[in-house]
Amino acid sequence: MRSIKDKVAIVGMGCSKFGERWDVGLNDLVIEAAYEAYEDAGIGPEEIQACYLGTVCAPLIGVGGTVVADALKLRDIPIIRNENWCATGHIAMIEAFLAVVSGVFDVVMAIGVEKLKDTGYPGLGTGRGMHPVYEARRTSPGSFAMIATRYFERYGLSIDEGRETLAKIAVKNHHNGSLCPKAHFHNEITVEQALKAPIIAWPLGLFDCCGNSDGSAAAIITKADLAKGFRDDPIYVKGFGISMDSMLPHFRPGFEWTSFNSLVVSSRKAYEMAGITNPREELDIAEVHDCFTITELAIYEDFGFSPRGKAKKDIDSGFFELGGGLPVNTDGGLKCFGHPVGASGIRMTYEVYKQLQGKAENPERQVKNPRRGLSHTFGGPPQLSAVAIFGNEKG
Amino acid sequence: MSGIISYGAYVPIFRLSRDIVAKAWGRGSLGGERSVANNDEDTATMAVAAGFDCLKGMDRKEIDGVFFASTTSPYKEKQSSSLIATVLDLDMEITTVDYANSLRAGTSAMMMAHHSVRSGSARKILVAAADSRLAYPRSDFEQSFGDGAAALLFGDSRPIAAVEAVHSMTNEMMDVWRNPEDTFVRSWEGRWILGEGYSATIEKVVTRILEKESLRPQDIQKAVIPAPDARTHRNIIRRLGFRPGQAQDPLIATVGYCGAAQPLMMLVAALEEASPGDRILVAAYGDGADVFIFQVTEEIKQLEERKGIKGHINVRLDLPSYERYLSYRGLVETVPGEPFRLFPSATAYWRDIDPILRCYGSKCLECGTLTYPLQRVCYKCRSKDNYEKVRLSDKTGKVFTFTLDTLAGRSDDPLVVQTVVEMDEGSARIYCMMTDCIPSEVRVGLPVELTFRRIYEGGGFHNYFWKCRPIRDGGGQNA
Repeated sequence: MRSIKDKVAIVGMGCSKFGERWDVGLNDLVIEAAYEAYEDAGIGPEEIQACYLGTVCAPLIGVGGTVVADALKLRDIPIIRNENWCATGHIAMIEAFLAVVSGVFDVVMAIGVEKLKDTGYPGLGTGRGMHPVYEARRTSPGSFAMIATRYFERYGLSIDEGRETLAKIAVKNHHNGSLCPKAHFHNEITVEQALKAPIIAWPLGLFDCCGNSDGSAAAIITKADLAKGFRDDPIYVKGFGISMDSMLPHFRPGFEWTSFNSLVVSSRKAYEMAGITNPREELDIAEVHDCFTITELAIYEDFGFSPRGKAKKDIDSGFFELGGGLPVNTDGGLKCFGHPVGASGIRMTYEVYKQLQGKAENPERQVKNPRRGLSHTFGGPPQLSAVAIFGNEKG
Repeated sequence: MSGIISYGAYVPIFRLSRDIVAKAWGRGSLGGERSVANNDEDTATMAVAAGFDCLKGMDRKEIDGVFFASTTSPYKEKQSSSLIATVLDLDMEITTVDYANSLRAGTSAMMMAHHSVRSGSARKILVAAADSRLAYPRSDFEQSFGDGAAALLFGDSRPIAAVEAVHSMTNEMMDVWRNPEDTFVRSWEGRWILGEGYSATIEKVVTRILEKESLRPQDIQKAVIPAPDARTHRNIIRRLGFRPGQAQDPLIATVGYCGAAQPLMMLVAALEEASPGDRILVAAYGDGADVFIFQVTEEIKQLEERKGIKGHINVRLDLPSYERYLSYRGLVETVPGEPFRLFPSATAYWRDIDPILRCYGSKCLECGTLTYPLQRVCYKCRSKDNYEKVRLSDKTGKVFTFTLDTLAGRSDDPLVVQTVVEMDEGSARIYCMMTDCIPSEVRVGLPVELTFRRIYEGGGFHNYFWKCRPIRDGGGQNA
């Protein structure tokens, strides 16, 4: 695998308001994100040579790329749809990077969108239609809750200790989200509130679970050499990693349920490409896949942010809070910004992009002089992970 | 010689106090408790459970047939014995027959198994009977009925109980019945159906066989005579000239009247206590009557311990309310449209019959990794199509991790216990729901066994799969 470090740049991004957007449809969400991105890049739709769409279930299976063509009247160009569960947005965006690197296209758009709130159901539903019986009554909270159960067991955390540790992650992300106008939720919460909330899938409670939101995000991507022609502060792609694993690790012999090979492999590949040897020190901001609080905890360890089994110490010390050693999910994460599945990877990248430009829309949450940022989504659990690393200057 | 080679039984873990039913309707209680099948159980799953119990230590290769008996089969048109035979991992080239439509179906199946073996047309036949009859709310039957199953393996060599004599008669009357569209059992006036139907017929058939065999009531050590209620049972025992000590417990106080399965369940309980040389008489009513006389042999001492009735009766959980009973038996309507994104498919089911029904995992012949379900390419060493099939259904394991999921269940039973089980055999992993449990007892490391259940309705058919449940040693645990 060859490096694409400093060969690709993002020159414009857009992100819709996330949340329960009862009054807007899929098309509106796409328009909201895409036109902000056009404006940010200083271009119009006629300059887009190809589009990479990430969407999982909106509005139904089998729509291909027409979602974007219909909304934006992007006609006569390739619109390539990607579906890879929660990593959908990231993988669509990485496909766009590779399209530019290939030399076939100069300017492409990656866009992710999901309209979840038209399903009439507050969660993602159960099962995934993979098999008549093997996944019956499987839910996302249930699958991730099994990680928490096993993590507590393996590292000797009592249920109370474990749940309190997770609650602190939720408290952090709610605080960050409260500072972010486009986030789904803006309410601060306390540890006590989190612990007293209704159980969703034991040991996970309501505040351990991310929002179920509508939203869209878009990125205009070009060759690094052309980037300055669009803007003075393009953001460069430093590296990426994608790792695919079994759809049903549930049946996999020896699977530990506390650490995920796809997380380890995808992050190491991205670090290697970006030339990062100590992510805890060298990254200034990270947007990681906190679909559930336990997922964010597992990521701290698998990404090498915290030593194995020791994430609790960093959580307790506030290492991942705004102003900490490595702020994580500065926009509230999936927990508070929301998780319209196909849009999430690009939304996270939007936050990294804005932070690296020093343009977080609320100065209170602007990270001081960041150079390197990481965005990440994790589909499953836990079959696939996609990581991208960005920097605000070449080299 | 034909006789019983092995036995097994199954009683659902949930028991409903008859006082709860009585209180719900403001009427008198018959006392004691009845078994209630869980909402994921039916007569096929109960027969499977009894079948596994019966086949413990038995050679599956010699079984030439499976006879299933029930008045409450899962399908009106579709055999259940074929399902049961497959789940029990028997050969495909065997005879499978369902006996239905009569409370006598259980003993009819026994009779036919005996004749098949005695005539030499089959080496061994497994008879599995199960019933889960529904009674009109507030009726006496609602209290007296129970759910349960039993299985008997008939064979031609070394029986633990040899068939000495059999006799049958038929009796045509409208006593209890269900029309095709009926949910609940109908009946005519009680005094007539018990007097002219049940009692008269049983008396006649028992008297006839004793005469034929030149036996007196005192020559019988145990009389296995199911009856719909305790009083009728006491009366028939007295009228036939048996002492109370000769009567096999009709299981009314602890389980209830389990229809076509009742004579087999009581016979299993009798065999559990029997000694070589004992004569056991079995007489069962239903549109006539069948009667058997068995003589217990020395072989009974060699039979490996099984759960039987004894091993089930004290393994129980309280069903806490009448509402739960209605919900477990499918008598309340649940919220429709819950988005279970499942894809019921008869073809996928059929194609994956080895892993889904036979519960086969694959053991890699290259590196030894055992995986469930069958994997053509080994998880560990990636060798392709190089494995042997391993049946995991009768193996035990431990909970590796779990969750108590409140989003996944039906509206009337919202909590789903999802588990990853690590099997003791080869550390294979199975992801499945846990059933027959109290959520608060679930923990990492909890020993579990697999149990075959109905996991959802979809595509117009019952989707069956394996669940796990805590291994219990009895002692009357309560919810």
